[in-house]
Amino acid sequence: MTKSKRTSDRALLLAAAGFLLFGKTAFPPLPAPPQKSAALQVKGSDTMVNLGQAWAEAFVKRHPETNVAVTGGGSGTGIAALINGTCDLAESSRALEDKEIQQAKAKGFVIRQEVVALDGIVVVVHPSNPVGRLTMEELREVFLGGIKRWKTVGGPDWPIVLLSREVNSGTHIFFKEHVLRGGKSKGPEEFAPAALMMPSSFAIAEEVAHNENTVGYYGLGYISPRQKVVAVARDEKSPFITPNVETVRTNAYPISRPLYLFTRGEPSGPVKAFLDFALSPEGQDIVVKTDFVPVK
Amino acid sequence: MKASLRKAKEFAVEKLILLSGLASVLFVALIFVFLLREGVAVLKHASFGAFLGGTFWYPISSPARLGILPLILGSLLVTAGAILIAVPLGIAAAFYIAEVAPRRLRAVLKSCVEVLAAIPSVVLGFLGITLLVPFLKRFLGLPTGLTAFAGSLMLAFMALPTIISISEDAINAVPREYKEGAIALGATHWQTLVRVVIHGALPGIIAASMLGVGRVFGETMAVMMVTGNAAVIPETIFAPVRTLTATIAAEMGEAAKGTPHYSALFAVGIVLFVISFAINLTADLFLNRGKKR
Repeated sequence: MTKSKRTSDRALLLAAAGFLLFGKTAFPPLPAPPQKSAALQVKGSDTMVNLGQAWAEAFVKRHPETNVAVTGGGSGTGIAALINGTCDLAESSRALEDKEIQQAKAKGFVIRQEVVALDGIVVVVHPSNPVGRLTMEELREVFLGGIKRWKTVGGPDWPIVLLSREVNSGTHIFFKEHVLRGGKSKGPEEFAPAALMMPSSFAIAEEVAHNENTVGYYGLGYISPRQKVVAVARDEKSPFITPNVETVRTNAYPISRPLYLFTRGEPSGPVKAFLDFALSPEGQDIVVKTDFVPVK
Repeated sequence: MKASLRKAKEFAVEKLILLSGLASVLFVALIFVFLLREGVAVLKHASFGAFLGGTFWYPISSPARLGILPLILGSLLVTAGAILIAVPLGIAAAFYIAEVAPRRLRAVLKSCVEVLAAIPSVVLGFLGITLLVPFLKRFLGLPTGLTAFAGSLMLAFMALPTIISISEDAINAVPREYKEGAIALGATHWQTLVRVVIHGALPGIIAASMLGVGRVFGETMAVMMVTGNAAVIPETIFAPVRTLTATIAAEMGEAAKGTPHYSALFAVGIVLFVISFAINLTADLFLNRGKKR
């Protein structure tokens, strides 16, 4: 063994030993967590889980004294938890049912509903596609794979290429339940197997902009001049409604729904702070960022 | 005294190295056990044949339909396409760099190949979705450019650096005397390359190709962005496909633990693991055969 090799060996050993002995001091101790005086439980709609979590993250930065836990489980689960007192705010993508209002009454309070965001899904085609209006029934047939060419719905003789979001997307589930299954959450209808599953709304927008055969759907926020938005009618007798923030807010556009936060009675303290934050400009910014329509 | 200290040191270092070596084996074993533990539950919801041979993938429906045949075929088709493009191109490039190119050009080409290897796959996927996909649609007159072929092209680019650098090593490892002997016997440069060098380097080249295949098969991001991800059995390479990797990446985030969907995704992982393992094993066999000669 040469001298230089030996010294380098020793240096290595020393470094290792030094790390073992003193490594700890190299890292400063973690700052003590701030004292949490309140804990908020937010529970409900799976569609809104990401929105709720984004709100919670920003809210906790503003109010470090409050802990916010957001969980999913479905709108009904959240409302039940609210009635039973195991959560403070319920996220819901549907209005209250009569049964739930009665249950709350029996417990001695009224559930207060606040619309905090809107969910509007637009159907888009390539700008050169002459088809600009579809009924819900036509949309359903198109996405089930029954209608395979644009000619059937008054367009040119092009094949229809379906673009859908992946199954992990709330938009995918909403579109399936609302359009393919006519508003029911369970049913045999599925997107046609040939539908392309796109990993993001961006990917759908990009493909629609480049391909005249495609039809896709995504949140209002992604509308741009590079795609043509399709006006949708509830049925053959109803008018065709172009989706925009206004028609989504008034519920005139058929593929939309309000998203709620429910509280037990008139909110106060941290619950009120959270609700106010959700409706604040910053909270509504987060609504836009998570692909929903702001209410303000 | 000093000698015994050195011995103790040597002993410690030896054992440390042994541990590091064993660690990788242990990790592979643990990963496989974990995959098995989470994945076998899928057999409660679908039989072995229905899982591997089923043609419908609707994992979140009730009841869930968990057939991954379209996904397996999608992965194989994209990989096969990529190999057909990348292997001939890669081997030709390796021969050029190792045997034909002038010394200065060789250095430039080698660093270019390294740069190619450094491009993140998301960036390639992004280029694919904005440039390649619309181009393919127009150029080939397809209903959509989001096809297995687009994925194959992207993946060929990703496999090229692996194939080129390992093949080049294999070519350089062919003993100089072989070449000199061939030329001394009156063979031309071309004859030497084709009859002698290629023979000597063949096991290494095959191993390089197999490693490239392994890289291609496991790639996720770029493929997910350009292949369309439709879970249908592809009739041609110019149709959209959904690969095994893209399925896991796209769906894992939302699959609740304990659901059929969750275990099915882990089972997809097992299938991926087994196929990748087979590919790497084949590559190893060829590499070792090359060394023994």
